[in-house]
Amino acid sequence: MPTQKEQMKKYWKRNIRTVLILLSVWFLVSFGFGIILAEPLNAIRIGGYKLGFWFAQQGSIFTFVVLIFVYVYRMNKLDEEFDVNEK
Amino acid sequence: MDILTWTYILVGLSFALYIGIAIYTRAGSTKEFYTAGGGVSPLANGMATAADWMSAASFISMAGIIAFSGYDGSVYLMGWTGGYVLLAMLLAPYLRKFGKFTVPDFVGDRYYSNKARVVAVFCALFISFTYVAGQMRGVGIVFSRYLEVEIELGVIIGMTIVFFYAVLGGMKGITYTQVAQYCVLIFAFMVPAIFISIQLTGNPVPQLGLGGTVQDGSYLLDKLDGILLDLGFHEYTSGRKSVTDIFAITLALMVGTAGLPHVIVRFFTVPRVKDARLSAGYALVFIAILYTTAPAVAAFGIYNAIDTVAGKPVDELPVWVENWQKTNLIVVDDLNQDGVVQYLADPDKNELTVDKDIMVLAAPEIAELPNWVVGLVAAGGMAAALSTAAGLLLVISTSVSRDLFRTFVPQMTEKTELIIARVSAAVAVIIAGYFGINPPGFVAEVVAFAFGLAAASFFPVIIMGIFSTKMNKEGAIVGMVSGLVFTLAYIIYFKFINPEANVSENWWFGISPEGIGSLGMLINFVSCFIVSKFTPAPPEDVQEMIQDIRVPRGAGKAQDH
Repeated sequence: MPTQKEQMKKYWKRNIRTVLILLSVWFLVSFGFGIILAEPLNAIRIGGYKLGFWFAQQGSIFTFVVLIFVYVYRMNKLDEEFDVNEK
Repeated sequence: MDILTWTYILVGLSFALYIGIAIYTRAGSTKEFYTAGGGVSPLANGMATAADWMSAASFISMAGIIAFSGYDGSVYLMGWTGGYVLLAMLLAPYLRKFGKFTVPDFVGDRYYSNKARVVAVFCALFISFTYVAGQMRGVGIVFSRYLEVEIELGVIIGMTIVFFYAVLGGMKGITYTQVAQYCVLIFAFMVPAIFISIQLTGNPVPQLGLGGTVQDGSYLLDKLDGILLDLGFHEYTSGRKSVTDIFAITLALMVGTAGLPHVIVRFFTVPRVKDARLSAGYALVFIAILYTTAPAVAAFGIYNAIDTVAGKPVDELPVWVENWQKTNLIVVDDLNQDGVVQYLADPDKNELTVDKDIMVLAAPEIAELPNWVVGLVAAGGMAAALSTAAGLLLVISTSVSRDLFRTFVPQMTEKTELIIARVSAAVAVIIAGYFGINPPGFVAEVVAFAFGLAAASFFPVIIMGIFSTKMNKEGAIVGMVSGLVFTLAYIIYFKFINPEANVSENWWFGISPEGIGSLGMLINFVSCFIVSKFTPAPPEDVQEMIQDIRVPRGAGKAQDH
């Protein structure tokens, strides 16, 4: 049996990893697609939208919402796995 | 019924509702006053956060700003939503576990220092006061435009309402009023947006309508790009600002959002850590409904304005143009006397000036919607301004009663503390009202900078306080002060001391004063990191506390000392 301290270390590491993955998506859709790559992406179109413009004014916001709910889901799982969830 | 009657009825009804809720939910203890007793459901808290967050500026001005800046307006859309991702993943759950009442509480305890606490109180007060003055002004403007009363009287009526429910109800009253205010404001924003979208593009979903086609079969955005280019303006869907500046402004707004005390404090009101996470998600859903609609309202608005006014004979303009000319929000001036309105980028030849606020305020009339919709928009604008003002006033009163008085007079009873909290809320309402009636010329500009200051002061020390066990009080104080002083100095220099120099050639790394908070944040991070390497690590019990807030289990309701 690993000690509680080690368990907590592992829990924290997994938490940080989850957050880092989700934040890289956060960065990619807003600062990446919406800003830095907006100009080249504008060459691609979906319907009446240029893609870079769509990410800057719509797509990034939708992604943000999804990211938070993925985070909630993953963290609730993680809390359960390490038995640190709230009763 | 005419517009004015409808407006009186709808605004009156909404006010009656807010006051009713305030009386029903008034706070009986400091815990209820500060954090609504910690028993708010995540859904209700999400709604309240959304109302708290979306101010008069989001409701009335943002769509207009985007309409006139096109792609560049995206900084507000991404900046004011992306911060919630940071809030949900980096701040809210841990601060909820920490379980005190305010941001300075956390800074003071985590950095075991009353000096750090006082610096934090100063930052919180400064940010909140600049912000609240703008809200009071917003209330006054809505009153004067729709109810035809003087701005001064409008501000006083607004003050009385906020006074009533913030002072009486505390966080508990504010939370449930904000839930109602959210419903009013989102309904008021969506109804005209949906109708305009149907009229213009045939699609009832504004988010899809923005990418849809107009009557002649061409895409709305393409058509807009073409029209604007023809008139000598910049294309709607591409940017004028440099990529660096857009990047910096967006980052400053995102991080600033996550560092605003009146937003953070909302996450102290839910029962559990997992509720804090979920509640941030709900909050962003409710915010995103408005924030993804706003760019559609913006494009529809500017398209309609050009389509119905530009190039048309001066004496055949639509009725709404005439109505809003009275308020000077639209100015038509036939300079070359040819009887036709020319809308051009060249300021010497342009004959049409449209205020940004008109895109939302006049939307129902442009779309020829029934009179009650106009009244609804007035009630919505009021709800947006009042809900944000109340949240800010609470932060101000809490900062004074808890972070200042409680720290230096620890033996006072809860009853005394509650009285002090109420008195300081009352004083804050009066000060905010004063600035609403006599706005210092720079209020509007300063509100935008509140974000930069929050980004440069709070955000790094809270993050370091949670994610580094070694960060100590010396680092935190130096970090907060250096970030704040740098950002403030840069803004004051370019905005007030030497405004002529405020052009991109003179900016550091091409970053405008609006975006400088991101650099301030970096300076804060770096300086607190360096200082902490050369000063003693925090005491053992603080390090244990940090370990404790990282784990959800064991979060009770918000605890007193």
